[in-house]
Order: sequence, then C-alpha cells, then structure tokens
Amino acid sequence: MTSGVPIGVPAGAMPPAPTRERPRSPVQRPGRVGEESARIDGVPKVRGEFEYSSDLWMDGMLHGATLRSPHPHANIRRMDTSEAEEMAGVHAVLTHEDVPGRKVYGMEIPDQPVLAWERVRYQGEPVAVVAADHPETARRALEKIRVEYEVLDPVTSAEEAMREDAPKLHLSGNVLRRVKVLHGQPAGATAEVVVAGEYEVGMQDQAFLGPESGLAVPDGRGGVDLHISTQWLHIDRDQVAESLGLAPDEVRLTLSGVGGAFGGREDLSMQIHSCMLALETGRPVRMVYNREESFYGHVHRHPCKMRFEHGATRDGKLVYVRAGLVFDGGAYASSSNAVCLNAATFACGPYDVPHAQIESHMLYTNNPPCGAMRGFGAVQACFAHESQMDRLAGALGMDPIDLRLKNAIEPGMRFPFGQEVPHPAPVREILKKVKDVPMPEEQELAGRDPRELPGGVSNVTRGEGVKRGVGYAVGFKNIGFSAGFDDYSTARVTLAVEGGEPLVRVHTAAAEVGQGLVTLQAQIARTELGVERVAVEPADTRVGSAGSTSASRQSYVTGAAVEGACAAIREHLFERVREELGGNGDLSLDGDEVLSEGRVIVSLVDLLGDEEIEETLEYHHKETHPLDENGQGDAHLQFAFAAHRAVVEVDTELGLVRVVEIATAQDVGKIMNPQALEGQIEGGIAQGLGLALMEEIQVKSGKVQNASFTDYLLPTILDMPSVRMEILELADPEAPYGLKGVGEPPTISSTPAIVAALRDATGQPLTRIPVRPEQMVGISSKPPEEPPHPGSAGYAEIGRLDERPEH
Amino acid sequence: MRLRLVVNGEVREVDDVWEGESLLYVLRERLELPGSKNACEQGECGSCSVYVDGSLVCSCLVLAGQAEGREVVTVEGISDGDDLHPVQRAFVDAGAVQCGFCTPGFVVATHDLLRRNPDPDEADIREALAGNLCRCTGYEKILDAVRLAARGATG
Ligand code: FES
Ligand code: FES
Repeated sequence: MTSGVPIGVPAGAMPPAPTRERPRSPVQRPGRVGEESARIDGVPKVRGEFEYSSDLWMDGMLHGATLRSPHPHANIRRMDTSEAEEMAGVHAVLTHEDVPGRKVYGMEIPDQPVLAWERVRYQGEPVAVVAADHPETARRALEKIRVEYEVLDPVTSAEEAMREDAPKLHLSGNVLRRVKVLHGQPAGATAEVVVAGEYEVGMQDQAFLGPESGLAVPDGRGGVDLHISTQWLHIDRDQVAESLGLAPDEVRLTLSGVGGAFGGREDLSMQIHSCMLALETGRPVRMVYNREESFYGHVHRHPCKMRFEHGATRDGKLVYVRAGLVFDGGAYASSSNAVCLNAATFACGPYDVPHAQIESHMLYTNNPPCGAMRGFGAVQACFAHESQMDRLAGALGMDPIDLRLKNAIEPGMRFPFGQEVPHPAPVREILKKVKDVPMPEEQELAGRDPRELPGGVSNVTRGEGVKRGVGYAVGFKNIGFSAGFDDYSTARVTLAVEGGEPLVRVHTAAAEVGQGLVTLQAQIARTELGVERVAVEPADTRVGSAGSTSASRQSYVTGAAVEGACAAIREHLFERVREELGGNGDLSLDGDEVLSEGRVIVSLVDLLGDEEIEETLEYHHKETHPLDENGQGDAHLQFAFAAHRAVVEVDTELGLVRVVEIATAQDVGKIMNPQALEGQIEGGIAQGLGLALMEEIQVKSGKVQNASFTDYLLPTILDMPSVRMEILELADPEAPYGLKGVGEPPTISSTPAIVAALRDATGQPLTRIPVRPEQMVGISSKPPEEPPHPGSAGYAEIGRLDERPEH
Repeated sequence: MRLRLVVNGEVREVDDVWEGESLLYVLRERLELPGSKNACEQGECGSCSVYVDGSLVCSCLVLAGQAEGREVVTVEGISDGDDLHPVQRAFVDAGAVQCGFCTPGFVVATHDLLRRNPDPDEADIREALAGNLCRCTGYEKILDAVRLAARGATG
C-alpha cells in the first residue's frame, strides 16, 4: 500500500542501516540495603540530559503518526490511502493489510487489532499509520486517508452490555470474565444489623508525564531494534515479534528513559506500529504521542459499580458480606481478567468474614479499554468495603476504628477465598499506629492566609462555612502475579577487576520507571558482595525476562534474582579461597576484600586477577494457584497492608476541599531505601487523592470528553498536603530481606480515608468517586449528565449558547 | 523560515523552520536540547519551562518565530559547566526526582522562584510551583528540595 522507497533515494541504493550506540552504564558507589543511596540517574535528570523515549533522535529518522477512529463503534466500509501516499514527504502509509504476522495482540487474550479491520470498537482505535519526514507532514497525511464508516450504536455501559439484546462486541460475547467467591454459608446468613450501599468509581487515568514514544531501527537484515519506554520488555518483544511475523531474536528491545508508568505502559501502544513503519521504509522511525493521543493510547483504571450488603452482630462482629461488582472493561481485554479476580478476592477487605458471597463481573463495552493501574482491582473494592465499614459503624453507634479493630483479619485465619492469612498481617497494628499519629493542630479559620483555606487563591471564603472532617481506611493488595502465573525474573551478574578496582555489573531486563529499581539493584549487589562499585547495565532483551514492573513486584522478584546471582558468585569466590588459601573459617566479603572470622585474608583484586566471574539466576516465586469454581484457592503470593487517616477542611457552601494532612501506617517488611520508600508512599497517596477528589476521564456515548490536562485534573502542589508516616518492618520470612512490595498500598486506602473525612465534614453520603462539589453541598448525589455550560443561564428561552446559529 | 536566537549564551541559527513549530520543538528537535520536556504541549504541566528574556515561560506555548532575536535559557543552561546548580543539587539530595520527567521544569521554575524570593515560605513555594505537574512524587520531596536550595542560597 505504499511506494516503499523513500523519496529521493533510488531503489536499490538504500543507505546502510544506521545503528544506535548502547548507552553507558554509570558506576554507582555508596549505599547498601537499608541505607540511603542517591539515585544514579538523579544527576542526568536534573541536568536535562537523561534520555527519555521521546528524546530519541537519529539522523535520517522519520516520524510516525496514527489515524484513529472518531467513532466508538462502527463498521469500516472502505479505506483509501492513495492520496496520503502521494503526498511529498510521506514515506509509508500502512493499514491492517500490511501487518505481516498476527493481526491482533493482547497480554491475556489477543483480541485487539494491531490496526482495525471491518469494525472499530472504541473511539481512538488505530486504523492506519503513516511515516513522514516531519511530524506535521505525517499529521496532514492522516487527514488525507479516506475511511468510510458505517456508524453503529455504541454499547456505553457494563449494564447495557449485559442485556440479552445488546450487540455482541466480540465472538465470545460481552462477558469478559466472571469471578465468584463463596465462603461459609452466605445463602442463609442473617444478622442483627444490616447495612447496604451502592458505590461507584469513575475512570481514572495513569497520566504518566512522559508520553508514549519510541524509536524503531531496522537492522538491514529483516529484523528491528526498538528503543522504548515500557513496563515489561519481554512481553512487548513477544507480541511485536508475533505481529511482525519474526522470530523473537530478530526483535530486540532496549529500555529507553521512562517518564512514569503506573500500569499504563503494560499494554502495547506504538511498539508494533513503529516497527512496521521502520521495516517498510528501511529507516529509523520515531513515534511520540501528544497528550490528547496519550489519553487514547493507553488503557485506564476500570470504572466500577458495586452493591454491598454487610451483616453484623449488635456488638459489631461481622457475620456476612454479599457483594456484586460490575466493571466496565471497555473494548478490549487488556488485563481485565486479573483485575476482576483481584477485586473479587479483596472485596471483603482485610477482615474476618464468616460468610461471603462475592460476584465480580467484567464486561466488554465500546468505552475506552481499561486495564492495569496502580492498585489493580483492589482500589475499587477498598472504596466500597471501607465505605461500608463506616456505614456499619454508624448503624451500630460504634467508633469506626474500633469496628475495624474488632474484625481485623489475623495470621492463621482464612481469607474468604480460602487462602490462609500468612504471617505477618498487621492490620490491627497499622490501624492503631495511624490513629496514634498526633492530629494536626486545628488552626484558627479567621485571619488565615487565604492560600491555606479551601479554594486557595480564588479567595472564596474567609473561613465561614468551613468544616473540618477526619476519616480512616485500611486496605491491602497482593504483591506479584497471582493465580498460577509462573512469575519470575532473571539477573546476570558479573564480577571483575576494572580500572584496578573490583566492579560488579548487574544486568536485568527490569524496567526502571521512576521507582528507583536501578539504585536498589546496586544496593543489593553491594550488600551481597561487599564491593563498592556497581554498574547497572541498561535493561534490554539480551538477558532473560524480568517480568513486569507492576503488582509492586520488582523489589521482590528481581531483587531476589540479583541477590541469588550475587550469592552464587560469592560461593564461587569462597570455594576459590578455600582451594587456594585453605582454611574452613567463616568467610565473608566486605570493603572489596575477603575476610575470615572478620580478618582480611585476600583482596578481591588479588583473588580475581584477570578473571571475570559471571552468574545468571532465574528466580521463580512460590507457586500460586487459580481459583476453583467457588472462588477458592491459594491465589496470591504476598499481601501488603496500609492504613490511612485523612484530615480535611470543606467549604460546605461551595463544596471546595483542602486536604490538611494525610497520615499513614504501612508494613513494608524491610526498608530497602528510605528516601525511595517515602517517595513511593507520598506519590501513591497523591494518586489516591486524585481519585477521591478530581480525576476522572469523562466518557459520554462512548466518547472521551476531556482528553487533555486542561480538563482532566491532576493534583498539583496546591492540592497535596504533607504526609506523616509510620513504617513497620515486620519481615516476611519468604521474601528477600523480608521485604514487601510498597508501590500500590498507598494508593488503595488513601482514597476511602479522604472520602470518609469529607463525609465527616459534610454529612453527605458521598458514594461516588471522584467526589464533586455538588455532591458535597448536597445538590446531587451524582455529577450532572450534562455539565453546565458557561453562559448557560436562561438558555431554555434563548437556546444554548453553543447551539445558537451565530456561535 | 530562518530563526536566530541566543540559547544558553550562544547565538544559534536554524533554517527551514516550519512556521507552526513551537519554541519547544525547535529546542528539542533542531537544537539538540531535549532537556525541556513535552508532557502536555498545551501549557498545563510546566515540563517545558524555560526563560525567554529573563521571564519564565512554557516554551510549548511560544511559537518559534516569537523567539526570534530573544535570549533563551533552558535547563541545560542552568548548571555551571560540570557543577550542578544548587537547585539541581537540592533536587537530587532531597529525593525529589523519580521518573524525572517533570524535573527540568521544576528546576527552572524553582530557579526563577528563588531568584525573585530567596526565602519563600511554604505557601509561597506552593503558589509558585502550582503550574508544574508531577505524577510521581506527591510533591513533598519537591518542597524539601526547594527549602534545601533556599537554605543553601541564603546560607
Ligand atoms: S509541555 Fe508545555 S506546559 Fe506542558
Ligand atoms: S518525577 Fe515523575 S513526574 Fe515528577
């Protein structure tokens, strides 16, 4: 479908395939496990020298662009690319016909077209791609592609998708996944006190700041090198190779600088497209989404509607929980399967529940596809179970913390999904700790700097109508991949003398997305091998898979792989020492030297000479199991717990909020790097705050209304209060260093804690998040279907401003 | 079109600039200065912050042609050769950098704040940096970094 030959280059005279130099891996020095260790990429990042995937640049590279469907649901009748192909500066125009291999992709279920054919199922679905010599030329070429659509009625909600007469969006039907958890005898269970509630969570966006981007470079032999920001190089590689019809080793991926991820980079975006364009043109092709396109280019957090009923004894002991959760999976599967399972297993919260009946449904619709985002199914469930616990406490006239303490789950008990609660599970401890954090001092409202009142510099109150509220919540999350997935990571570690000093090189494919894994890998190597200098090699597919940077799993799984590979090197060294120097004493490594009973016996420089020791280790975590038909099974590897307390001030007349402070207590097993840990907790809470107060992709009739940072609001430095934290280090005996994953728990219970505080201040039920001002002042329990338009007053008489002919 | 401007103290000349290109685009794609970032390209995130004739601006909102004859300072021009500027040092030391995509913008905006107000209180800092989004840190360590830089500067 294309001329195939770049303009100005005669056929057969293709320039030699350009190559990119491998980035250097800088040597890091101080810091062992548990110590402060400055991140090695910090200096290039503050200088603006760190290379993100959107900064990649090569001589002669072309710019890729994507044509997307304007309709959420339509048949494609005809496509004509000829006009676009003839444009000066355009080097390739590709459609589904040009996909050389498998025409669909997907991590769990390959149901998503690389480029749509016959039907489009969501607004923004890729239909064609273009490569041109300037991004603007590429954009203009998109306008010249003629696509004739037959527009169909979209299926715009999960409820609609469930209906008998709903159009089937996929051959398998509209039900993507259903998970049932049955525990005890829920059918006949009755209780003295019963509370029921319906809850709703809006669609949140990961909103990582670095846009989707990458550079594909053809190798001149039919293969391709892709420099990319992603969360999991190998699953990208496998899907790209499959769709290109190439062997996995013909597609090599190198991690480029990643500007945040939060789940939104687990699925493919422009990976296959850029490689197709590069192979077609024989030139490097870079693709960079802009912000609007980014909203269409990745999956989001699932919107969810939930109905919960809790029964308890009069003295506050839970008897049963019945719950139905309905998730809108959007047009394609992404990781919806696993989200549905997570939500079902966490629906009861970290409580001892004798009888439970949970049903979690995941539906296909014509809304934007949803998938992984920090908290992954636990976030929605936690908002409901914690709202219910507060409601129950209210019905019982009990203190909400006391109710939670009374029902907290303990090691040795069983979760409703049948798995034994492992040790440690410090639900009570973290609740008590967070409660004991001193309350922020209540400042006088009158005479305050307006910047410290709800509404801030808008200067809308002097303190009148402002009420304070306090709320608590606790949540938990599985760490690592669950339900029988063979979850592993690979580390290759070498030790040699370089420049007169021992140097450890650590090579994994684990994606650093900002969390600080590069630093942690070096800390582990230093700890295990007693050396000062460590270089962490760039992550790429020349080494085995590290699994995904998600599910808070990399410190655990890649951490264990690096630890294991280092231990193997250490054993090798000790064997050498015993052979060459004799002695059976207790050997150890420290300060670049080998010690016996604490005394130096040989330096690593002397021991190693010219030799390089290399060990590769693949660490597989403990086996997990799928759930049976009653939702029972040892499905999860590890559980991490956190509790939050929010203090808010609400202008109850305008529904404006100032979050005064968030306090948290979290069990992390082991503090690996104090500063990085705090950063994860503070950053995770900010995303929880965003979901509570402002973040929602608004979708109407299948169309996104707010695909920009002007209209999709993110917490700024004015919205985010300071965080006080209590960290517990209760070691998990099975995990490396006893650590627990830390990335997700801060995002899970911070949201319901803030909403509980808002309820405390306003007395409103607030059952839908993000909470809007009109809900807080009690005008409406939901946001209006039709948002008010500026200047809309009186439009009933004169017609709405945006509908008047002269507009 | 041809564009002539001073960037980080050097006179730079670029040819064949399309009139629709932003200053950000020219810096990143034509002048090999990708330090200024492109998180939104619509003036909402501050990741592209630079100085134009001494004023802090979002370079994504400045048309390249508007920068003709002007003096531009980017994040690459903030440090003193190999030595980090105290603001940069403070961001590293305070742990204010995670993915780092917002960092260049925060560095330039903080530089501007401390130039105008060497001893800002918390409300001043929050107000001055309200136009810069960060999705990773929750801002606490960024506040720490600004305070640290201010302490360093006021000694
Ligand atoms: S890129 Fe300029 S403000 Fe976001
Ligand atoms: S550090 Fe990632 S956006 Fe600020």
